[in-house]
Amino acid sequence: MIRFTEDHEWLELDGDVVTVGITEHAAEQLGDIVFIELPEVGQKIAPGDEVVTIESVKAASDIAAPLEGVVTEINEKIVENPALVNEDPMNAWFFRMKADDPSAIEEFMDEDAYKDMIA
Amino acid sequence: MTDETRTPGDEAPLRTPLHDLHLALGGKMVAFAGYALPVQYPAGVLKEHLHTRAAASLFDVSHMGQIAIRAASGLWEDAALALETVTCADVLGLAPGRQRYGLFTNENGGILDDFMFAREGDALALVVNGACKAADLAHLRARLDGAASVRMIEDRALLALQGPMAEAALAALGAPVGTMRFMDARRMTILGADCFVTRSGYTGEDGFEISVPAEAARALAEALLDHEAVEPAGLGARDSLRLEAGLCLYGADIDETTTPVEADLAWSIQKTRRAGGARQGGFPGAEVILRQLIEGAPRRRVGLRPEGRAPVRAGAPLFADEDAAAPVGHVTSGGFSPTLQAPAAMGYVPAALAEPGRRLFAELRGRRVPALVAPLPFVPTSYKR
Repeated sequence: MIRFTEDHEWLELDGDVVTVGITEHAAEQLGDIVFIELPEVGQKIAPGDEVVTIESVKAASDIAAPLEGVVTEINEKIVENPALVNEDPMNAWFFRMKADDPSAIEEFMDEDAYKDMIA
Repeated sequence: MTDETRTPGDEAPLRTPLHDLHLALGGKMVAFAGYALPVQYPAGVLKEHLHTRAAASLFDVSHMGQIAIRAASGLWEDAALALETVTCADVLGLAPGRQRYGLFTNENGGILDDFMFAREGDALALVVNGACKAADLAHLRARLDGAASVRMIEDRALLALQGPMAEAALAALGAPVGTMRFMDARRMTILGADCFVTRSGYTGEDGFEISVPAEAARALAEALLDHEAVEPAGLGARDSLRLEAGLCLYGADIDETTTPVEADLAWSIQKTRRAGGARQGGFPGAEVILRQLIEGAPRRRVGLRPEGRAPVRAGAPLFADEDAAAPVGHVTSGGFSPTLQAPAAMGYVPAALAEPGRRLFAELRGRRVPALVAPLPFVPTSYKR
């Protein structure tokens, strides 16, 4: 299942693990990304926590944790080569988390609702 | 093209003569200095930046103010001496067909604007910052009243063609630019249009700025873009290019509170205007500036190379130590340098901390990031001297 946040994150649920990335729309708005800072594996996060910092050629922006849980994995490849996010944002994931309540993901927008929002 | 009564920021942005071309090229338009201008095209800032260094890019800088000054007497000497009352540069010593960089100063020795000035016969052709041009015009008219006429050129666009292939692209249109060297200025006909061309720019690259009648601007821009080496570039690339070249952005790196000496722009004050020179002083703030030229200034603009990959941007405080409580200065420009593939910044620090290699700390999201004072420019310039 794929869901989208108002902050232009995509969330993919597999069991109780949620993979988090940013949408093509977000990547395009940010411009060329030159630096990404990810949370630490094992870090406990909750909605509103700014867990990722993205610097593009234009500005810095933060990404908030979408759900409550624990970070289980981070994508080092995008730290080494941030341009991957501009090239293929739906595959260049940021981090994976074990959600305390995976069903909470259903609160977020589906693809149609997200497309309406950015239209 | 412009309306002198407007100030930047109010109402809808103005459009340059290339507005429709920007839209046709997919430019992402933003408001800048009161104008709608492309911050980037579909290629993006990084590619546009690197293309400028590798080949050539075309920038629309029509928002900048083009000002013509002519003495009431018609004599060059009188026009030059009139401009010297508002700038610390040696204007009188400028040879015909040459251009220089200058600063308008205020009574405290601060900088009202930075600008380029060229001598065409007995007249002066200035290019000033878009955001300052209304104030510059008023200032010049007030200070030069009676001695010289000051006219804002409203019916011309200004194109910047920058990069190692700029000469080839302009020469391909029949423009006789091959014999021009850095900071030469020449009037010529390009594609039937009367153009005023200077071999200069603000990217650190060899290149040209072309003042062209508004109605001929689009045809010239399209003809240049037809050259295989030339791509369009926007404000984003222009900013990262000038940062790599160590060039100041007015309103960020220099303003009314920074003196030319503090800003490390003392090279733009020629000997003849300094203490002991033939025409020493005689510009606003001369007392402060001439003293600082001899004694030094308490703070100085420096280059900074932050460690790691995270850009340190304008406003970030700078510290002498990792745990110092009070900042010693702040970053005035900063970003990611596509050529260095690393962050680069400029800022002001006390003179005692300004020597290259000095380790300072910039505050970034609550952390102290080491940043070395670095010589400017970050990337060597390639002007055709």
